Amino acid sequence: MEQTWIILGASSTMARALMQKLAEAGAGLVLAGRRMDDLQASASDALARGAALAEPVAFDARDPDSFQPVIDRALDQPGQINCAVFVGSMPPQAEIDADPGLLDGVIADSFTGPARFLQMLAPHLEARGSGTVVGVGSVAGDRGRIGNYVYGGAKGGFATYLSGLRNRLGRSGVHVLTVKPGPVDTAMTQGMEGLPFPTTAEAVAEDILAGVGRGRDVLYTRRIWWPIMLVIRAIPEHLFKKMSI
Amino acid sequence: MQGARRITYSGWGRVHRATGPVARPHAADAIDGTAPAFGNRRSYGDAPLNDGGGACDMTAQNRILAFDPRAGVLTAEAGVTLGTLARVLPARGWLPPVLPGTGFATLGGAVAMDVHGKNHHAAGSFCQHVTALTLVQNGQRRPVTPETDPALWAATCGGLGQTGVITQVTLQLAACPGDVMVVTERRVADWAEHIARLDASDAAYCVGWIDATASGAALGRGILEEAEVGRGLPPARPAPRRVPLDAPHWALSAPIVRAFNSLYYHRVPATGRTTVRPFDGFFFPLDRIHDWNKLYGRRGFHQFQCVVPPEQAEALRAMLAEIADSGLASPLAVLKRMGPGRAGYLSFPMGGYTLAVDFPNRAAARALIARLEDLTVAAGGRIYLAKDALATGDRVKAMYPDHPRWLSRVAAADPDGALETDMVRRLDLRRT
Repeated sequence: MEQTWIILGASSTMARALMQKLAEAGAGLVLAGRRMDDLQASASDALARGAALAEPVAFDARDPDSFQPVIDRALDQPGQINCAVFVGSMPPQAEIDADPGLLDGVIADSFTGPARFLQMLAPHLEARGSGTVVGVGSVAGDRGRIGNYVYGGAKGGFATYLSGLRNRLGRSGVHVLTVKPGPVDTAMTQGMEGLPFPTTAEAVAEDILAGVGRGRDVLYTRRIWWPIMLVIRAIPEHLFKKMSI
Repeated sequence: MQGARRITYSGWGRVHRATGPVARPHAADAIDGTAPAFGNRRSYGDAPLNDGGGACDMTAQNRILAFDPRAGVLTAEAGVTLGTLARVLPARGWLPPVLPGTGFATLGGAVAMDVHGKNHHAAGSFCQHVTALTLVQNGQRRPVTPETDPALWAATCGGLGQTGVITQVTLQLAACPGDVMVVTERRVADWAEHIARLDASDAAYCVGWIDATASGAALGRGILEEAEVGRGLPPARPAPRRVPLDAPHWALSAPIVRAFNSLYYHRVPATGRTTVRPFDGFFFPLDRIHDWNKLYGRRGFHQFQCVVPPEQAEALRAMLAEIADSGLASPLAVLKRMGPGRAGYLSFPMGGYTLAVDFPNRAAARALIARLEDLTVAAGGRIYLAKDALATGDRVKAMYPDHPRWLSRVAAADPDGALETDMVRRLDLRRT
């Protein structure tokens, strides 16, 4: 069946890796993001690799007025509609601590923006009776840590939202995959030293496609993060509050 | 450069190492041309290294920016691999005109080394099919074509990245009238037959595998592989495997290599055979085994590759005899005929024959390679800088008569030496 993927945050490094694989498999792509010149370059890349369609559309997670045109563009296509969400922002926690006004943007980029978008898209997926939603969260969303608890809070909220969306859409044959990457070598992590168990955008994209193929619900990548987060989640709060991990 | 991380890295041979801040820019405008660039570091020696200084990892620059399926012209970022192009283009009727032995080589690296393929005798070198480049020189983006600045062009093609960071490459593709490679393999009994068959071949792609452990009457025996693009169903290729850790030093010892080579030789029937292979299986046979360089263990390995003029085939035979007598060779030994095609002052190819042999990194192998380099100079040939980790500046300058012209153009393009690499310093290439 023909597949069209909406890619929210198509300028992200992980999104690019996934789009290149989808394009080589002949899927159609709606590239949604803010940097149109960059999206145009990625669209050219996707078409050269064999994408059935590659169309950049302006999208800003903080501007709900930009959402409907993205959905409309995908609905023009026959067949199955899928959506992969890569939007998010992670300013250093210290900057947010100094300027609490930054918090709203982080929540909008990482949680409420994409959640509202998916809320608008959901009825269309239900109507077509098929489709896949891939939501990229983060291991940071599994526990609030002193180092980045606003970003973690947003990603945690998004993961909980995806859990509920899975519960809803599963009844209509639509699959929701939550992806929780550890540190990935992306534009967002440039120059950060000493990141534990780092992975690459290409490896994350392979894991996502494997997870979609197998109908996985929640996927940690690299896989080592599943047992690690199992332990971290199990630490009692009265101990955790004194830790700086 | 911004966003750099301090790492230790090496070339494919894993003999030389470098430590320094390496940036992997995701945005093209973050590349400022103030540090040398590398791709997937498939050069064997120290060409991609800058010990103590910074470097720019180009592998995140991996987009095809424009593709004209009618004219077969493609512009891509320098980090796109040739394997990617060989994978996605045949379905659209095109193929990269020149493919080296690994698909992990990037476009930028292919230009900086002016690489060649199994079709060099007919198709020439990689850069002969490149029609435009974008360089970044000290923060300035600079488009270059062979017409706008012929000297800069010739200093850039095969120029070891010293004229600026190569960020974009425009390539004229070759028409690809099929879906598979039709490969004919024949046993060749000795050196004379090997050379005669290479000379007689009119196949588009032609390469000889040599059993570098065979000596005496069997010296030069091997398998001649001739191939053309054909129509048909590509056979499925097994999933890639990975060498998980460094092999022990005896893994490629003389008895094991002799046994392997004998099996490899006799696997092809005495009457020869024709088979069909997928493109990647034909062009990049070793890419199926990821990290195969670990088979040589922690000490790493060297590849010696030289080319000698056609009338010096006898000198090449003498080199092979020394290699066979040394008992140091590995299974990987390749003999090819080369045409005259080359694009730059420091391009490797020249009309004649090229021999490439891998050796584990041992004192005896290093001494043998030094001796082979001397024989190469005496034969009027040259060694391939993409493979070199051992040569001296005097030897290399004697092999590359256009070095002074390269040097004068490089001095103008990078006056402060910001793009110097460990290889450039080892070979003293930035001085006469």
